[in-house]
Amino acid sequence: MSAGATRFPAIVAEVTEINNLIKTFRFVREDGAEVPPFSGGSHIVVEMDDDGTRRLNPYSLMSDPADTGGYSISVRREDGGRGGSRFMHTRVKPGMTMTISYPVNLFPIDGRAKKHLLLAGGIGITPFMAHMAQLSERNQIFELHYGAASRAVGQFGDRLRKHYGDRIHLYYDDEGTMMDLPSLLRGQPAGTHLYVCGPKGMINAVMKIAREAGWPRGALHSEEFLAPPVGLPFEVELANSGKTVQVGAAQSLLEAIEAAGVNAPYLCRGGACGQCECEVAAVDGEIEHNDHWLTPEEKASNSKIMPCVSRFKGQRLVLNL
Amino acid sequence: MGIQFNDETFHKDYTYRNSPAGIKRFPFPFPEDDYMYSVNIEPHVPGREGSVFEHTFDVDEHYVSEMRDRARVLADDPLRCQSLPHMTLAGWDLLELIMESKARDYPDMFQLTKNGDRWHWVNKPLGIDDTFTFLDETTLPYGPMEYITRQAQGDFTLQDQRDDNLWIEAGMVTSQADWSLDFDIGMSFHEWHAPVPLAGGMGIFDRALKFLLKLQYGAPVRRFNWTMTVDPLLDTSPENYHKWGPSKATLTPDTVGRRQHLRVELQTLYRLPRSNAIVFPIRCYLISFQDLVTVPKWGRRLHRVLQTLPEELAEYKGFARNRQMLTDWLAQYDDGSPTSPGWWAD
Ligand code: HEM
Ligand code: FES
Repeated sequence: MSAGATRFPAIVAEVTEINNLIKTFRFVREDGAEVPPFSGGSHIVVEMDDDGTRRLNPYSLMSDPADTGGYSISVRREDGGRGGSRFMHTRVKPGMTMTISYPVNLFPIDGRAKKHLLLAGGIGITPFMAHMAQLSERNQIFELHYGAASRAVGQFGDRLRKHYGDRIHLYYDDEGTMMDLPSLLRGQPAGTHLYVCGPKGMINAVMKIAREAGWPRGALHSEEFLAPPVGLPFEVELANSGKTVQVGAAQSLLEAIEAAGVNAPYLCRGGACGQCECEVAAVDGEIEHNDHWLTPEEKASNSKIMPCVSRFKGQRLVLNL
Repeated sequence: MGIQFNDETFHKDYTYRNSPAGIKRFPFPFPEDDYMYSVNIEPHVPGREGSVFEHTFDVDEHYVSEMRDRARVLADDPLRCQSLPHMTLAGWDLLELIMESKARDYPDMFQLTKNGDRWHWVNKPLGIDDTFTFLDETTLPYGPMEYITRQAQGDFTLQDQRDDNLWIEAGMVTSQADWSLDFDIGMSFHEWHAPVPLAGGMGIFDRALKFLLKLQYGAPVRRFNWTMTVDPLLDTSPENYHKWGPSKATLTPDTVGRRQHLRVELQTLYRLPRSNAIVFPIRCYLISFQDLVTVPKWGRRLHRVLQTLPEELAEYKGFARNRQMLTDWLAQYDDGSPTSPGWWAD
């Protein structure tokens, strides 16, 4: 099984500055053909050649899934990050060719729901833009609650408001408007499904309140892509391929393995999908498990690691790769 | 048109036949001299010219007659085609996949012209020429899944994906090996596989499900399954067991060659783009024992497979009572010489 989803070359057709933190990028096919249709909640992986460092970052698709002319994503600049978002902001220009993957969906809607309650924080709005296009096309009932730091940062809000009217509820920190989660989550009709995408704190808060309010587990859906965290450099031995690999401070373990020429599986590169799960053959030290995939027991046993987001501190780490 | 379609029946007088070319391209499913369940999944990429893998959806000499048989079965029992309300979008995905594949792979028989949402579909073998609006059910005579699977050989099931599981929630099932859509609809992966012996304990379904949950658009996969059928009957359904079950008891050593058929299912799996559902086309191929043994390697190998097959599998596949008769008959065609690896004829 080859690593990742099928990839293809795409041209950056447009770069739009939404505000000083967020830019929107539009990709079209190099050969002018249609891009594959997708389902709301899908992401693509964008490959970057950052002066010799190969970065692959996942971004949710925000364009209308029915629009096969191209794909749109939005990227928020994270200055403390590893450089992927900085690369997108400073180096990616219209006309450039980049490699992107086919869409993969790890955050689908449940088509049986009577109503879809969508909760977005910050840049977590993007998958919902695709969802809403699809839901309204299918005449499904939905409601979006979107919180951002300020009206200036949350510019998508006004656009959505125009399009979807009073199904859109906006909240801005600097204006002191806040989602009243407890009453929102208590006042929903039976058969509603809840979807949340945003910062970790928001997801945790929503999930906690929903569980306390008695929501069935199967009606709760969340997506949090982790950016691989930066950390201290470390070394890893790959037992099957007989290689020893150095992992740099701003590099993920998966990226280092790939740079060493070893083909490791992945899909989301954000600790969510489980595809990169890898067995630990030997460990002397501490694995920093940063993923959402392994169970707490698996993490404690140090028998598995998710190389897309997790790191290591200690004497020796050997993987079955 | 490149294909000469047979005029044949799959019931009563059973005039179904494979032509010499049909025998040659038959998908013999055994790569080795013995058989056990496994996670036998490989990429569904175009294969050898002339083989059943050459195209995404194989169209063969039985196409027109199989579609006539499907219409007959549906007329008797409309519940063979069902789609829960939230699966309509997946039905459109399937319609698009089949139309685009067939128009690309068999341009002399099938044509698709798109003018925005207005699609014009021509199916020459079945004499269909329709214009409709994509994603608008009111412009088709049936729902999208039913419309297109009345024009495509093999059974089809559509699985929704949620809660880390797959749920069989739509399908067109008229040529099945003794299972029922009406019974299975709404079940999850492990539930509908519950009747299968041994495989669960071997971890096969756990691994297969884990794989399928990550199945990606644009990267379809395939696997084989097989069983035995007396007389070339496509509709071996539990609903009609009273009609076909007793035929097993009337098989005699003299009629094995003509009446006993190896039934092979070429199963493929595709992620569907708009709905995120998975479609599972199950394409059934039938070959009589007397035709099968015209390929010496296949005769030798099938003899060995049936001799060594675990009893549980022969029971489950429904031919335990005739197993000895079948192996005795096949023994005439097994001289004990070695067989080459893989399933292709030597
Ligand atoms: C979503 C896709 C699939 C569907 C809808 C499906 C459905 C079924 C059904 C309805 C049966 C008959 C069960 C009965 O006796 O009632 C069956 C049998 C079986 N399935 Fe699947 N299946 C799927 C995928 C797979 C995969 C990927 C494997 C891979 C290992 C698999 C392995 C088997 C086996 C070994 C049997 C027993 C077949 C025999 O011995 O004749 N299935 N399946
Ligand atoms: S690639 Fe998805 S969890 Fe690592």
